[in-house]
Amino acid sequence: MVLLRLFIGWHFLYEGIIKLYNPDWTSFGYLASAQGPFRSFFIWMTGDSIIGVADWGNMIALVFVGLTLLLGIFEKWGAIVAALLLALYYLAHPSFPWVAQVNVEGSYWFVNKNLIELVACLVIYQIPTSHYFGLQRLFHKKETLSQAN
Amino acid sequence: MKFTRRDALKGLGGIPLMGAVWWAGAASSVAKKKERSAILEQLNIQPSLPSAVPGIGGEPIRVGIIGFGIRGEQLCRALGFATEEWKEEMRLAAQEDPKHTALSDFESQDKLNVHLAGICDIFDYRANKALKSFNTPDNKMERFRTHQEMIRSGKVDAVVIATPDHWHAPMAIDALENDIHVYVEKPMTHNVSETYRLRDVAMNSKAVLQVGHQHRQTLSFQTAKDIIHKGTIGHVSLIQTNTNRNDDNGAWMYEIHPDASPQTIDWDMFLGSAPKIPFNKNHFFRWRKWWAYGSGLSGDLLSHDYDRLNCVLNMGIPNSVMTSGGIYTHRDGRNVPDVLQVNMEYPNFSTGSSQPKGKEKGMTFVYSATLGNGFSRPTILMGHDGTLELGNQLTIWPDGRSTRYADMIESGKMNPDVPIYQYNPGASTPDGVASATSQYFADKGLMWTYINGARVDSTFLHLREWLSTSRNGGKVSCGVKEGFEEAISSHMAGLSYKLGRRIEWDPEQGKLKDIEGIDFDEALLAPM
Repeated sequence: MVLLRLFIGWHFLYEGIIKLYNPDWTSFGYLASAQGPFRSFFIWMTGDSIIGVADWGNMIALVFVGLTLLLGIFEKWGAIVAALLLALYYLAHPSFPWVAQVNVEGSYWFVNKNLIELVACLVIYQIPTSHYFGLQRLFHKKETLSQAN
Repeated sequence: MKFTRRDALKGLGGIPLMGAVWWAGAASSVAKKKERSAILEQLNIQPSLPSAVPGIGGEPIRVGIIGFGIRGEQLCRALGFATEEWKEEMRLAAQEDPKHTALSDFESQDKLNVHLAGICDIFDYRANKALKSFNTPDNKMERFRTHQEMIRSGKVDAVVIATPDHWHAPMAIDALENDIHVYVEKPMTHNVSETYRLRDVAMNSKAVLQVGHQHRQTLSFQTAKDIIHKGTIGHVSLIQTNTNRNDDNGAWMYEIHPDASPQTIDWDMFLGSAPKIPFNKNHFFRWRKWWAYGSGLSGDLLSHDYDRLNCVLNMGIPNSVMTSGGIYTHRDGRNVPDVLQVNMEYPNFSTGSSQPKGKEKGMTFVYSATLGNGFSRPTILMGHDGTLELGNQLTIWPDGRSTRYADMIESGKMNPDVPIYQYNPGASTPDGVASATSQYFADKGLMWTYINGARVDSTFLHLREWLSTSRNGGKVSCGVKEGFEEAISSHMAGLSYKLGRRIEWDPEQGKLKDIEGIDFDEALLAPM
């Protein structure tokens, strides 16, 4: 479980950092090519006034998830944010057989990597491990100790 | 409270991991950025800004429209005048598809200081359509039966000519001789001798002539000029341009209006210099399909591609032209070809060289067209050091055997499969293009350009430049020199197709090299 949490944190943090250090990065292409039932919502996000907010929001959320899962602190919050982000990614390019697959690698039928990572995040939410490995361990111990005293 | 060594390891174990991932991400991004800026610095390409045009002060310029067909209506919109029918149609289109921005683009277009004072169309329906929408209390508009009458009325300062090709030169010459400014659609002329005549008249007229190659206003083309000038792709030996269309509209099968009849159309006026034949709706609405009124692929579409490149390279008229083709996709009675391959030779032209002096010189311009397939073959300039794809966007790939980039390719800083430069002025603006033919023109940078990220109709910019020059003096982008080069080059291609032989240009004499026993005008306009 710890390994799963660390790997997902690793993945999110790296994605976030790559975007953070690349001023030219934008989610415009990904959103503009969105398919499926929520297409119009994602197209709306490409509007001039929205796209900047969407880009920054995505970047901050990615880094936040990465830090919480890697460091092992507020991991439940991290897992929820990660699941929400992944749900958005999934809905932007859903692997439904009747929807054109644009901007995706691999072959999928309903279930794709985003969905699997999403489920993994739900598991992390259900089975927190930061009290075992992570900053939370120190606080956790402090709490147990103060309770014992 | 006691922390064991185990607690410290397990509690803080995530921190070095975080550090490593953060460092790896940042280092990879920064390294890529550095490499990229090193390449860009070396290329030193300056994306162009639009040239400032002095405003049109004083009284509005009085403009007369000659020809209110498909293109005539488009030109009026670029001047700021749209028919009520069109506005309604676009309003409905926008309701259906919010990305359809034609109406809002039109409404946000800057207003020109123009009075549409006259309309001249030999089809009553079209003339009345213009009057119905444009003859308002703010804009008094009058219908003239003939262009001669309009030009001599004293009621217009300038005319826009959007007629079939065989009327371009006679009307332009008449207007310029009367010092009326002229905006004439391409091709500038319909045969060889009137091309010489129009050049002489334009050079002696006080009025301003602009030929309707609006893409000269497209910013990506102006940036491409800088790219070539700086030797970014080295010596260009081959240019490939193409027409790829596969729809009836693209093959000039325009609609025939139900009101058309000998009573509503001045048929003799339409024919003009063309052979006298009885009234024929097919010829009237689909005139591009016959040499008698149109110019086929060579004058109609090659002329665009030729001028797009002449605007970037300033290569002028080719030394010789060879053409072949046929009627293979639309055997419907037309006599202009629908598949055409044109090779224009420029043995003395060079865009500069990165190799030993004298090794590289000369270029071939290839135009390849079919009206039976819509696969988008891009316009490509092939140089020794790189390849440039030219359209509304620009992309440059380095060549694997380039002399200029040899070091960078060897060290892996450049890769022949990865573009070293991309210019996309409209990157953040999704486009709504209505039809296949519009998409064809849009991809080529023939419909609009981007200024500060906003889409601007390049025809609007081209007309504005013409009107501003008419009022303030100065130079237009596509005057008689450019128009002459475009017309002669197109006619050489058409003649070579017709005669099945090489057509040569004599730069000293400034005319085509004679071929014994051949009358060029007769040969070019012959049914086949």
